[in-house]
Amino acid sequence: MRYLTDRKRAQGLGAAGHGTHHHWQMMGSSVALVVLVPLFVLTFGIGLGGTQEEVLAYFSRPFPAIVTGLSLVVGIIHLMRELQVAIEDYVHGVAEKLALLATSAFAYTMIAMVLFALVKIAL
Amino acid sequence: MVQLTLPKNSRITTGKTWPKPDGATNVRKFQIYRWNPDDGKNPQVDTYFVDMDKCGPMILDALIKIKNEIDPTLTFRRSCREGICGSCAMNVDGINTLACIYGLDEVDGDVKIYPLPHMPVVKDLIPDLTHFYAQHASIMPWLETKTNRPAKEWKQSIEDRKKLDGLYECVMCASCSTSCPSYWWNSDRYLGPAALLHAYRWIIDSRDEATGERLDDLEDPFKLYRCHTIMNCAKTCPKGLNPAKAIANIKQMMVERQL
Repeated sequence: MRYLTDRKRAQGLGAAGHGTHHHWQMMGSSVALVVLVPLFVLTFGIGLGGTQEEVLAYFSRPFPAIVTGLSLVVGIIHLMRELQVAIEDYVHGVAEKLALLATSAFAYTMIAMVLFALVKIAL
Repeated sequence: MVQLTLPKNSRITTGKTWPKPDGATNVRKFQIYRWNPDDGKNPQVDTYFVDMDKCGPMILDALIKIKNEIDPTLTFRRSCREGICGSCAMNVDGINTLACIYGLDEVDGDVKIYPLPHMPVVKDLIPDLTHFYAQHASIMPWLETKTNRPAKEWKQSIEDRKKLDGLYECVMCASCSTSCPSYWWNSDRYLGPAALLHAYRWIIDSRDEATGERLDDLEDPFKLYRCHTIMNCAKTCPKGLNPAKAIANIKQMMVERQL
């Protein structure tokens, strides 16, 4: 129980001073994914069905490798930010902070794995 | 973690069924949420039967008839009975609306009436809107100027005045905010569609000189950006307004001043 005025309760700690950057990033990555996802499906589909050597050779070429890398990196970052919003919506307190940290750690690990795999195939 | 189930003492039970009116042939069943803070009981849904041949056409007419003729303890807010004061906002047949301008013919079958969702209840159909009003006050709902007072009135072009249409009509009934899931989960920090629509009404006003400060106050992941464009606000608004569009316009202005 805290004796706060209604106005103070509504004001809380005031405006954090950010939010638009996240909004703009989501808009940007959404537009990028509209282009990247069909390209990724197309290039990934073309690469399927061969032997292991053929598939490795295909993904070592610049266009499929760059499309795959961009699609997965942008997609993972987009999903990470979306998941952060969902966590902020539904989880509060210490659990929220821990969940946000875990989400970021998981997403950046995934990105590192994607890039490592692509570089290894290409070299 | 958000609470997805009602606490034990808030779970709704079956209440009293009131007798049908004598001799009536055109009877309609009303199921109405009741809760009295003084009796210590859980909320209940009482059943009433109203003679539609002797009842006005609106939901509010039926509620007043029930209060006058069947159960004087039924409690609800009402005042203007023409959609101007916003007092009689409630959930009718699953839709947040104003009881005075929502026709009985718009409801199929039994009429189910509950208070506005996800707000503390004062009694029966009366929600506690204290926090909602405080949030409205926090967006400074008045014309803010810095220029010295001119000798004549502050003029506004016809085009600029038109920008206020669809905004100034809001009667602060809280139907939109209480229909918004984002507001349900985060009303302590998210301003909600009604307060944001009013914020935009002053941001877009050509005479207001605090545009930057107003946008600064909304630059927050929760105050503004908890709106996920669910659009329940626009769907439910009894005045036919579109708070989601106003919020989208604020977001657009936020981006414009950064890029």
